[in-house]
Amino acid sequence: MYSLELRSDSPEATRTIADKLGRLLEAGDVIALYGDLGTGKTCFAQGVARGLGVPGNVTSPTFVLLREYAGRLPLYHFDAYRLNGPEDFTELGSEEYLSGPGVSIIEWAERVAGALPDDRLEVELLRLDREENTRLIRFSGTGERSRTIVEGLRRVLCSGN
Amino acid sequence: MGVLILGIETSCDETAAAVVTDGQRVMSNVVASQAELHRCFGGVVPEVASRRHIETLNPVIATALAEAGLGFDDLNAIAVTQGPGLLGSLLVGLMAAKSLSFALKIPLIAVNHIEAHIYANFLLGEEISFPFVAMVVSGGHTDIVYARSHSEMRLVGQTLDDAAGEAFDKVARFLGLGYPGGPVIESLARKGNPEAIPLPRAFLEEGSLDTSFSGLKTAVVNHINRSRQKGEEVDLSDVAASFQAAVVEILVTKALAAVETYGAKALLLAGGVAANGHLRDVMLTRMRMQDVKVVIPPPALCTDNAAMVAAAGYYRYLRGDFAPLEINAAAGLSL
Repeated sequence: MYSLELRSDSPEATRTIADKLGRLLEAGDVIALYGDLGTGKTCFAQGVARGLGVPGNVTSPTFVLLREYAGRLPLYHFDAYRLNGPEDFTELGSEEYLSGPGVSIIEWAERVAGALPDDRLEVELLRLDREENTRLIRFSGTGERSRTIVEGLRRVLCSGN
Repeated sequence: MGVLILGIETSCDETAAAVVTDGQRVMSNVVASQAELHRCFGGVVPEVASRRHIETLNPVIATALAEAGLGFDDLNAIAVTQGPGLLGSLLVGLMAAKSLSFALKIPLIAVNHIEAHIYANFLLGEEISFPFVAMVVSGGHTDIVYARSHSEMRLVGQTLDDAAGEAFDKVARFLGLGYPGGPVIESLARKGNPEAIPLPRAFLEEGSLDTSFSGLKTAVVNHINRSRQKGEEVDLSDVAASFQAAVVEILVTKALAAVETYGAKALLLAGGVAANGHLRDVMLTRMRMQDVKVVIPPPALCTDNAAMVAAAGYYRYLRGDFAPLEINAAAGLSL
């Protein structure tokens, strides 16, 4: 099983799940984030940052396209909302960042699908129809490393740590 | 002739150059904006900014000098935005500024983008006394700054998630209203009832000058989804009016709290969202009741421009606060 589904009933619960994920990450890991407006993508990134030990506040990178943070590992927080396609993403220097010494998170990853690495952790945030504060969070690995992360996350969450 | 400073601004989307005399008189203010293009693409950057900055900056600088009726030799200093912003974009402006400073043998002045927005207010010929509180609200910022003097400015509040202008853009796009979101929502809101839809105002904990707009954005999305599920027709002007009222109430409440906390005599508004008429009106009315002077630049000086950079640079020039040529762009530069 290379995928995992979880439910979150609040922004803080989303951050807690992402925090656990953040603790498992290594240099070069790439997280592609998917989800409609207001499903908690930046919130998820805030949790990952917390798990990476990033001090201070992580805010939406929509306007500036990329924000860098220093934690246990560097965090590169991209936002493709205003980008027009993979070429724009590459122009930002994405290849260097993605293979760099840090962890990359890309919000609205579907907008730059062609420029994403083969091995990436995909995280989808879905709003449920009748419960507007609940999110279904779906993790899936597209390669060896990202599948290891999904397995690691499953172990951590099942052991209750 | 006064002190002539060339300002250069490339921190995000806009490529801008301007010449300002004595930090007050705008001789020229040129902005190569992508706003028109953005409208066609629904808020999307057609080409990433740094490449465009490289292509556009030299002509923009030449135009700024020509419109001012000046040559490079007339300049006393070059002021440039060092950060915060997008690294690749900042570098273009900084490299150009360094080259000019080196070639012309005049001082290089590094300016913080937020500080620059605040100094747009000093271009209006208004008497501004310290201490003041400044609120910079744009697509990328919701910053509250306390200023004791020109050299003592401190960030005392910021957004914990989305910037106010970003909330406008995202809600506008979600409602299918186009880009940029501020003006469309403002004009639609005039026809709507600001009390039609109850939307949350996140004031955060007691005494906090930070803001949060993410929950408000989500509440708008939830309201639309709920109405659609019930098959109800949504009155977009009511949504726009209710949303705008919530944003303005949050901003004005925080500004009032900041002014009170720091015993400020004036409130300086800046950034693209400061062009919002409803925000201007409410801020003016509420501050007047507290006997606080409000200064707001005209819209052209609210959005990113280089005249504000030159103005901020002037006060650093007076202090002899020059930057070495080894200076680097700083994407996360703080005040």
